[in-house]
Amino acid sequence: MAAEVSSEYAVQMHGITKRFGSFYALTDVQLDVKKGTIHSILGENGAGKSTLMNILYGLYQADEGEIFINGKKADIKNPTAAIANGIGMVHQHFMLVDNFTVTQNIVLGSEPGNGIFVNGRKARQGVLDIVSKYGLEVDPDALISDISVGMQQRVEILKALYRGAEILILDEPTAVLTEQEIDELLHIMKNLIEDGKTIIIITHKLKEIQASSDECTIIRRGQYIDTVPVKGITEDELAEKMVGRSVNLVVDTTPPHPGEVVLDIQGLYVKNEQKIDAVKDFNLQVRAGEIVGIAGIDGNGQTELMDAVNNLRKCSGGKILLCGEEIQNKDPKYGIDRGLATIPADRHKDGLVLTFSVYENTILKKYRTEEFSPGGQINRKKMKAFANELIREYDVRPEDCGPKQAGGLSGGNQQKVIIGREIANDPKLLIAIQPTRGLDVGAIENVHKMLIRERDKGVAVLLVSYELDEVMNVSDRIAVIYDGHIQQIFPHGTVDNRTLGRVMAGGEVENVPGMHSEGIYDKVPDTAEEASGPEAGPVRAAQEAAGEAAPEAAPAPAFPAEGSALVSAAAVTGAAAAGMTGVTGSETATAETPAAAAAPETIMEMQQSLNLMQENLKQMQKCLADMQKRLAQMQ
Amino acid sequence: MEESLMKKFFKNPFVLTVIAIILGFVVAGLILLLAGFPPVESIRTLIESMIGRPKDISSVVIRSTPIIFTGLGVAFAIKTGLFNIGAEGQYIIGCVVATMVGSMLDFPKPVAILMVLLSAMLVSALYAGFVGLLKARLGIHEVITSIMLNWIALYLSNWICGLQFFHKPGTIGMYPVNDCTYTMILPFWKRTEEGRAFMTKHPFLQETLGRTDVHAGIIVAIIAALVISHLLNRTRKGFELRAVGQNIDAARFVGIDVNKSIVHAMMISGALCGLGAGLYITGQSPHTVSTLSAFENVGFNGLSVAFIAFSSPIGCLFAGLLFGGLLYGGAGLQSKVGAPTEIINIIIGIIVFFCALSYLIPQFVERLDSSRRSKKERKKMKGGEK
Repeated sequence: MAAEVSSEYAVQMHGITKRFGSFYALTDVQLDVKKGTIHSILGENGAGKSTLMNILYGLYQADEGEIFINGKKADIKNPTAAIANGIGMVHQHFMLVDNFTVTQNIVLGSEPGNGIFVNGRKARQGVLDIVSKYGLEVDPDALISDISVGMQQRVEILKALYRGAEILILDEPTAVLTEQEIDELLHIMKNLIEDGKTIIIITHKLKEIQASSDECTIIRRGQYIDTVPVKGITEDELAEKMVGRSVNLVVDTTPPHPGEVVLDIQGLYVKNEQKIDAVKDFNLQVRAGEIVGIAGIDGNGQTELMDAVNNLRKCSGGKILLCGEEIQNKDPKYGIDRGLATIPADRHKDGLVLTFSVYENTILKKYRTEEFSPGGQINRKKMKAFANELIREYDVRPEDCGPKQAGGLSGGNQQKVIIGREIANDPKLLIAIQPTRGLDVGAIENVHKMLIRERDKGVAVLLVSYELDEVMNVSDRIAVIYDGHIQQIFPHGTVDNRTLGRVMAGGEVENVPGMHSEGIYDKVPDTAEEASGPEAGPVRAAQEAAGEAAPEAAPAPAFPAEGSALVSAAAVTGAAAAGMTGVTGSETATAETPAAAAAPETIMEMQQSLNLMQENLKQMQKCLADMQKRLAQMQ
Repeated sequence: MEESLMKKFFKNPFVLTVIAIILGFVVAGLILLLAGFPPVESIRTLIESMIGRPKDISSVVIRSTPIIFTGLGVAFAIKTGLFNIGAEGQYIIGCVVATMVGSMLDFPKPVAILMVLLSAMLVSALYAGFVGLLKARLGIHEVITSIMLNWIALYLSNWICGLQFFHKPGTIGMYPVNDCTYTMILPFWKRTEEGRAFMTKHPFLQETLGRTDVHAGIIVAIIAALVISHLLNRTRKGFELRAVGQNIDAARFVGIDVNKSIVHAMMISGALCGLGAGLYITGQSPHTVSTLSAFENVGFNGLSVAFIAFSSPIGCLFAGLLFGGLLYGGAGLQSKVGAPTEIINIIIGIIVFFCALSYLIPQFVERLDSSRRSKKERKKMKGGEK
């Protein structure tokens, strides 16, 4: 039941219904946001979260229902009225003028001055006042085009605050941010709450709700489901309410059965737009039947690497071998014809022709075959049959979307079309770049299942993602890319978030077995059990157990590990023992590993970070010297 | 259900075009009224002089044919993501080449015609392909290069007109093409005794065939529109070209040779303009090119045709006929009502303007619809309160 209208609540929306034509985007939805709290709105893609917020911000008009701000009925006809009611909104896609400064962007539309001339000094001071009040550090004179995405978001928040917003709506604020920027954002939000502001976040990321919010309203397919306090509810419960069924947040993965090397990248160099080497001496092998995940912070050469593999960019050195054949510095078709399939990072830019029908999009890679265009004529019957099959198999919704434009599908369904299309090409190597970006929990689960299914069919899968959890959950091996090369490779389950984060920042970690004790490790006994089943012999089991436990050391021929760093004696013993004793190998490994851990690890860790800091200091000094030189030149 | 059907109706491009044309005429009527001419009368005269007599219809078709071709060329380019504003230049080049080749040839008829048309198509295609090449290789926008090439084509044409080898003394043009390349329908028979006698018995034929240069152009135009439509929508090549036009990144990603596609698309677009030019030279007197002081606007009118047709090849046939009709009927309006031809140009401008705005019509309908509904609801609520 909707709460009674009272001034305790900053925002109350009761009985909101919104139709688009005959489609009901929202049906009798309610929202009660207490003053001075952070309130999440959770829902799948297309559930109506954004529509509800757009109504609150006056971008849409509700067909039915009432809005109360601070207990008073408000008639919000347009964003101007919303701003007058103290509501500010930060859209997912920022609305900033690139070649204006931060200050100019913030005051745009409400510039201080006499109506003809803008009082620049006053504007700047006004901005600085808010900046210092909320700890939203940002350079007021920087151009928008020169600052990071995280900074741009701050400018958007400042823009709302400058206009006197008491209620802030953030539309998927973390979608574009790095992990560190997310932390900073959470901190900023806490500051704002302390100052008495109210924040509404639209999101489908369960973790962030837990980290930030006080309450959470769940919407499913335009229907109000529930409002719950975030404390004392688990992610699984939230996911279940959101999707309407129970969702498996942890990916069910079985040990891989790697075969031949399919992708072999040797000493690759690729330059970026600034003609600087973005990929340097990059080496990586991906075998049939395994998923290799590339983890790393955005901007460490992933884009250039993927472009080079897909022949969208020339490489300046090294080789890319696909099943032993060089494919580098050719055209995109060359790789595709030899069994390369890629799920691109940007589905709107690279994945789909949005104005084409779904039918046509499904055959974007197959249209040139004799099967689909005999004698140069597109066989439309065949195309439709193929597309309908794909739509059914991958559960693309709505089912009758075939003749409609692909741009009309929701993000998750667009991704299904792309994945279906790429897999239908029977690839030997499937590359998935950020395959779950912008998808909701249910859709993410689906994508992961599909990747694992392909792996089990014997396809080599290369996963590139900025989402640590994704890489850690799905990959059989995790390769960390840093500054254009592979920093280190970890087998599944041998590394935790924290360690991986450190390696991603350029650190190097010894493969000390002690780090297995963080909980993910409990998979190993299962592995041994399963592998010792009828179909797998004891040797295989031993290899796998060893591979799982201490693979850097294991000389197992079926699954040799790369990029090995220092190996502790315990791990070697463990692996060797595993190899000899077969089925019991895993037990040996588990038994021995924690013992060697604790003390040396901490020391080493500290040393490592010390080294890292020294390294950073050196780099900064170099930078400084460089800049001074340049300055001198300019003068 | 009823609503969505209505909205669908107003989203149909054909309906939108018709609405734009009607609005164009309404506004044109207002302008006529302001200028002191009876609007209804004038527009009736305009339409009458377009389709009043068989001769008029025949003339309209002849006038439209080159515009249909340039329209097809532009529409094709738009479908493949290119804005071929160079249709004018490609058309001029086509005319010059057709005249040059046609005035030198003396072969049996089908061979001669084929050679003239093919050479015009080829050179125009190369002329346009150059624009495509510059875009594909160097990333220079096709609008800039093709506008410049329009001027180059104009002055190149004038220069060739003045060359001793081609210049016909005593005129401002080149030697006309030889008889063997004529694409008119029965051009010689209709002047023989027998032909004349036959036509006097059939007044319709006399009106059309006897009094105008009826030529095969429109038939070729219909075939070309069908072929282009098929090429775009049903073939491998067309699929590629459209994919590149709609999303060049995705096209590159799935392995389409994007650069080749751009050059090919421009070449086909240019070839269509060249074909129109060749048919104009071989089909219509004076069968030659004269020194031009300004653009004749056949290519630019093609841009308007493509817009009115929403870039549909089949639509270009009708849009081209409408356009040609307005141009031809404008002359009638001038002689019968005394309205200046500028009015016709205004009408054409307004129609194109409304076509460009017609994407607003569905939104307008939606707004009208929702405000009507909310009024109803308000009434209902008031009723409830009572």
